[in-house]
Amino acid sequence: MSEESDFYRFTGTKGYIVSRSLVEAVNCAIALERPLLVKGEPGTGKTLLARHVAEGLGLEMESWHIKSTSKAMEGLYVYDTLQRLNDARFGEGDVGDIRSYIKLGPVGRVFSAPKRQLLLIDEVDKADLEFPNDILRELDEMRFTVMETSDEVVAKERPLVIITSNNEKELPDAFLRRCVFHFIEFPEPEMMRKIVDVHHPNVDTSLLDQVLIKFYWLRGQPDLRKKPSTSELIDWIAALLRSGISQDQLESHIPFLGSLLKNEQDTAALADFEERGGDMPSDWSDLGPRFNQ
Amino acid sequence: MFLDLFYGLRDEGVPVAVQEWQMFMTSLEKGLHDSNLMAFYNIAKATLIKSETYYDAFDRVFARVFQGVEGELSASDELSDWLSDPKNFEGLTEEQRKMIEELDADELMRRYLETLDEQDERHDGGGRWVGTGGHSPFGNGGQHPTGIRVGGESKNRSAMKVAEDRRFEEYRTDHTLDIRNVRLALKRLRHLTREGPDDQLDLDETVDETCRNAGEIEFVYRSERRNNVRLLLLMDVGGTMEPYYEPVSRLLTALHEERGLRDFKPYYFHNCVYERLGTTTDLYVKDAIPTGDLLRRFDERWKVLFVGDAAMHPAELMNPRGNINPRYESESRGIDWLMRIRRHFNRVAWLNPDPASDWEYTRTTRVIGEIFPMFSLSLDGIQDAVTSLVGAKPSAPGITRH
Repeated sequence: MSEESDFYRFTGTKGYIVSRSLVEAVNCAIALERPLLVKGEPGTGKTLLARHVAEGLGLEMESWHIKSTSKAMEGLYVYDTLQRLNDARFGEGDVGDIRSYIKLGPVGRVFSAPKRQLLLIDEVDKADLEFPNDILRELDEMRFTVMETSDEVVAKERPLVIITSNNEKELPDAFLRRCVFHFIEFPEPEMMRKIVDVHHPNVDTSLLDQVLIKFYWLRGQPDLRKKPSTSELIDWIAALLRSGISQDQLESHIPFLGSLLKNEQDTAALADFEERGGDMPSDWSDLGPRFNQ
Repeated sequence: MFLDLFYGLRDEGVPVAVQEWQMFMTSLEKGLHDSNLMAFYNIAKATLIKSETYYDAFDRVFARVFQGVEGELSASDELSDWLSDPKNFEGLTEEQRKMIEELDADELMRRYLETLDEQDERHDGGGRWVGTGGHSPFGNGGQHPTGIRVGGESKNRSAMKVAEDRRFEEYRTDHTLDIRNVRLALKRLRHLTREGPDDQLDLDETVDETCRNAGEIEFVYRSERRNNVRLLLLMDVGGTMEPYYEPVSRLLTALHEERGLRDFKPYYFHNCVYERLGTTTDLYVKDAIPTGDLLRRFDERWKVLFVGDAAMHPAELMNPRGNINPRYESESRGIDWLMRIRRHFNRVAWLNPDPASDWEYTRTTRVIGEIFPMFSLSLDGIQDAVTSLVGAKPSAPGITRH
């Protein structure tokens, strides 16, 4: 092929099961040197992905967790004016040197790192609507200028950027244009088995079947206010295993509901359903054609 | 080029621009797709599509453009090596060789897919051999020593299968009304503006300015930021509208409770607005308020959002005493009341749960669509409606389609 053949290629790690399309999206982002934007339901492992890509490629990772008050500037650098004022008043430190009051943010640190690093910008949608646009140019050109000192910070090795979004806000078009995009689908049962296996190896197959049937059935309820996600399933299985519950006990009842449903109304609705003697599925075929195996 | 894909996507309303297309082309040049249709599908999706709401449209277009293309295309490296080596073309005439050289990589790829497609129809089972004649750039089964074998059975689900599955249909925003999505759209109603005198001390700015000022205190004041959207919901609760009542009013109430709105008032009607509006969904006369009162009580700054199918018997809209509900009397025509409301408020919008394509077939919908900016009760529609309510400039009335 071309010189890219010796390029980093991500193939997944032991502790993290990835779908093929996600692997391809990651590799696409690496080869194109574009940020990878990952969206998906909460609990589908968006943040974990970055950690495992870093591990898989042997890169150091720098995380930037976005909050509603985050400003784009903070990612680049912060000029600690307060410290400087303080020092000036009490005659400490080298007040004359502005540089000693410039602290690089996550983006700045990744840029100035001697080796190629991975930058995770977590939950970019938490910030202000304009936030993504504000970091656009810096991520595009991989350089920025510290205004107070006119120093330029240039990335020596173009970092790999992974951005996650929970879909709370629309992201600006110009920002989307520059990203490789991947939407993490909710795992199908088959994939889910592999994921469970990573966390809880050696779960009895027929027990796991019952667990997954109940889980996907719950998720399929249209009135559910908060659908349980993968991480909740993993917790639930941990609880089930620890209590040593048997497969028969699972057939008509969902124990440890608290680890699956986190909304009061959902819990009440299910309790009501059980009280009325509602029929819970105990076989894949009860879940409809999508799950026929 | 795979331009059919590009224009197909654009025809479906997917915002694909040249920039995305270049990104896709670059990744093909870099050989990321490994000449494997599934990888090709994934990469096209990752580079061209920037929102899961367009995944379904992508699947449809992809299935249409690459219809019939199946199997693994695992021969890219060999293919390009082989093609770039002129001695492989010894059997060809000068003319044919020239023709092949003129084909750029994309064209080649497409012919490759086409050939594969044809082959698929005529040739079942076993390995697939691409190429129809001795002078095909892809060689010919067995006879040509360097002929390229393509295939093997795919272990994964094929791209076409995946595309045809259309698993992302539920993420479409132009026809499903998902509660989480609607909440997202309605959040735009939180139109925050700074109002009033600059009377709040901005501590951060003050400290910052003071420091920049080398320690001389510099106070910075600003006005308070507050939500300034007052929303008046007028909702049709008759017969066909029943399924929509619950989600819409629940969402708006929830939005109001979490302080997304400065004020919120819902009123209800059946089919059309006349002298009275119900304050409850069962439209009891004793709880109703005169519509004239409504116009006095709420000033023009209130945003009015109608939700209704606007479909009724023409007489209900155009004739005096047109009210279908005998509990109410209505001397004035429904359309006059609608016009009064339209003129009284600065911003109004109408959300219609019926598909936009049906609107022009109903006379009353057409008439009402000329009075109010009408949007479909889908995520896109709600978003546009909200924009027309709180956005920069009022949009002209008229049917807007989505």
